[in-house]
Amino acid sequence: MRVGYAVAIVLVAALVTVITRVLPFILFSSTKRDIPRAVSYLGAVLPPAVMAALVIYSIKGISFTAPSLWMYEVGAVILTALVHFWKRNTLVSIATGTIIYMVLVQGQFL
Amino acid sequence: MMGYLVLGIAFGLLLHQAGYHWLWALGISCIVFAGSLQFVLVGLLAQEASLVAVAVTTLLVNSRHLFYGLSFIEQFRNMGKRGFYMMFSLTDETYALLCATSGVGSQEEQNARSFWIAVFDQCYWVTGSVAGAVLGSLISFNITGIEFAMTALFTVIFVEQWLTVKHHLPAIIGIVCAVVSLIFIGPDNFLLPALIATVTLLLLGRPLIEEPVCA
Repeated sequence: MRVGYAVAIVLVAALVTVITRVLPFILFSSTKRDIPRAVSYLGAVLPPAVMAALVIYSIKGISFTAPSLWMYEVGAVILTALVHFWKRNTLVSIATGTIIYMVLVQGQFL
Repeated sequence: MMGYLVLGIAFGLLLHQAGYHWLWALGISCIVFAGSLQFVLVGLLAQEASLVAVAVTTLLVNSRHLFYGLSFIEQFRNMGKRGFYMMFSLTDETYALLCATSGVGSQEEQNARSFWIAVFDQCYWVTGSVAGAVLGSLISFNITGIEFAMTALFTVIFVEQWLTVKHHLPAIIGIVCAVVSLIFIGPDNFLLPALIATVTLLLLGRPLIEEPVCA
């Protein structure tokens, strides 16, 4: 890929990120203007839905043709979620899931 | 904050694995500064996504940031120039820390503390990313599977949100749209259609969902 295009991708991502963070201050900064209900509705429901889609996105490469191609991912996701339900410590959950996954993948136990 | 250092290292390692010099990690972590989006960005770079796809994906992945700001409109306005940096740097981690420490001390103490939380968060993140990218070129041990750090991050944020919201239908809609889109479109370009379908369904289902959520 041309370097210029990679730079363009990064700049677009940076610009849109800034917009998502600054927009509420521009839209709702003048005293206490009411936030439209549709906006507060999306604010409540969109983030969990997007994060759910991202979990699927991050394991998109799995294939069900052989157990070793999906059981590691799915197992490690479930483990990460369980550890997080239990401890609610972000670092512990991520480290546990990632290390177990790396051991599984590198060991090829299935 | 240690979490940021570790996740930053994972991001740097991934970016290195994708064939980018550590200067890229430095640049991206300085100007984009968005944990989960940066992991997605590695994938977007790898597949040479169109700029429109990058923009829409960024908007939707970061959509939660639109609502973080709402909690801090007054405080950031009182912070003068530092307020602009606060807006730019309001990530998941910073938001969580600001929420946890708000209301402690005088207004001025709170502003100063908030500012330094944001600065340190970004320092940890940038340091971690660069360290990860440099480490990637130095170490010889097998890092196969390190990319799971991204999956684990998303899973953790997902669980956090699952535990805090009252209504779980939106999360289920997100999963279903993603799976259906993955099956029909395949792994390369399914995220954007999945996110658009999710937003559409959420808007259509508003009469069903809204009451329990906002009650």
